[in-house]
Amino acid sequence: MDLELSEQAGQENQPALVVAGLAFAYPDGHQALFGVDFSVDRGERVALLGPNGAGKTTLVLHLNGILKAGRGEVRVDGLAVGKSTLQECRRRVGLVFQDPDDQLFMPTVFDDVAFGPANLGIRGEQLTRRVGDALAAVGMSEAADRPPHHLSFGQRRRVAVATVLAMEPDVLVLDEPSSNLDPASRRELADIIKGLEQTVVMVTHDLPYALELCPRSLVMNNGVIVADGPTRMLLSDDDLMRSNRLELPYGFDPLSVPPAVRVRQPGQVAER
Amino acid sequence: MIHRLAPAHKIAAVLLFVLVVVATPREQFWAFGLFAILLMGSAFAARLRTTLVLRRLTIEIPFVVFALFLPFLAGGERVDLGPLALSVDGLWAAWNVLAKGTLGVLASVVLTATTPVAELIRGLQALRVPPLFTSIASFMVRYAEVIAGEMRRMKVARESRGHNPRWIWQIRAIAASAGTLFVRSFERGERVHLAMLSRGFTGSMPVTQASEPPRWSFVTSASLPAVAIVIATAAWISS
Repeated sequence: MDLELSEQAGQENQPALVVAGLAFAYPDGHQALFGVDFSVDRGERVALLGPNGAGKTTLVLHLNGILKAGRGEVRVDGLAVGKSTLQECRRRVGLVFQDPDDQLFMPTVFDDVAFGPANLGIRGEQLTRRVGDALAAVGMSEAADRPPHHLSFGQRRRVAVATVLAMEPDVLVLDEPSSNLDPASRRELADIIKGLEQTVVMVTHDLPYALELCPRSLVMNNGVIVADGPTRMLLSDDDLMRSNRLELPYGFDPLSVPPAVRVRQPGQVAER
Repeated sequence: MIHRLAPAHKIAAVLLFVLVVVATPREQFWAFGLFAILLMGSAFAARLRTTLVLRRLTIEIPFVVFALFLPFLAGGERVDLGPLALSVDGLWAAWNVLAKGTLGVLASVVLTATTPVAELIRGLQALRVPPLFTSIASFMVRYAEVIAGEMRRMKVARESRGHNPRWIWQIRAIAASAGTLFVRSFERGERVHLAMLSRGFTGSMPVTQASEPPRWSFVTSASLPAVAIVIATAAWISS
């Protein structure tokens, strides 16, 4: 009941994702997050930028409750991530991991995409439909019966996205979506991401990719968010870039390309 | 058509068939001939290529070698065959191993050649094999190539740096690679587990395709062991 109420409330004014005062130390004492605050509106696409070891992956693992916050909290559509809400949060927040071989572990693509929704208790026709829709969304319908290890790397990455889409999440979190992809696969994945209506949080070192897909970026370093703003503005701020070990590819000028626009789909909640 | 039979039915049929073959008295040569015809008939119906079947049969070779030694090694009554004095018991035992072994392998070849591995695992699940075993089997199938690939890359990397082991004391680098491979695989296991948790895994594998197999699948599959039982019964009566 409560859940339904909060969801309805969420439809109107709740941000899709709120992270407040989040701090976390690993059991070995290494502190990775020192109070992270940000919120993401419904339907927004946000890039999470920062050097290696900044705490990006640690943060991402909090978003669906894999890691338990030491202090502070994460709210998904108003629902606090915690022990009792774990299953629902994992449905709402879909994580796509960097190495598709970690994500695809079932004998066939179909089984793999079905794994998530089946864990939610979906069976039969409805399950088949969800798997079909998810695979169609990433253009991999043909591969349903193939074993994942027979697919190319780019195809595996797309199927990895489908495994999460099949759970019909509200927020899609992608960890390094463009890493190890050839330029054509990279572009194909960008087209897929652009076509999604979900809220997207994307961890990446690929700054042109962030600029192309995400109107807004967060810069993270040493376990805190150090900047939050329009991607184009952040990328053209030399001081900010240098002090956070961020570098654009040779010859790339973020002001020379058109900024990312979130194309609104019919029937969707308006952007801010 | 055999390709489209329910995997659970096929597995059960092959298992039963092998048991029947093993239980048939070895003196009834004709029975084994009939079993062989039965299997070749099903291989033909499944349109399996002869070369494929023969290639897969080679897995039996170690057992064949073992069987060929038996007539020389076994004791008891001897029979002269040219310059060789062979044990009669040994000859029977060798025939027994060869005939039943070959039939068993041939049946498995027909099964595996008509059933993708994923289907086999699903069949085992349907036959109520404990989920622990079927999950281990499916993970093994899935990650064997990933780990082999990692192993290959490490070998290439070693050799690219001039490692060319000729002596036993140079084995250290290989041992270190094996250790690294283990740690990496272990860490991969952890990452896979995280990915599973992220998709709502709660400790048991969900059954995703639980469609009721058609009746004709059961009937067709059952015909193989059924005919075999008739043959075996006839063999028992006439022995």
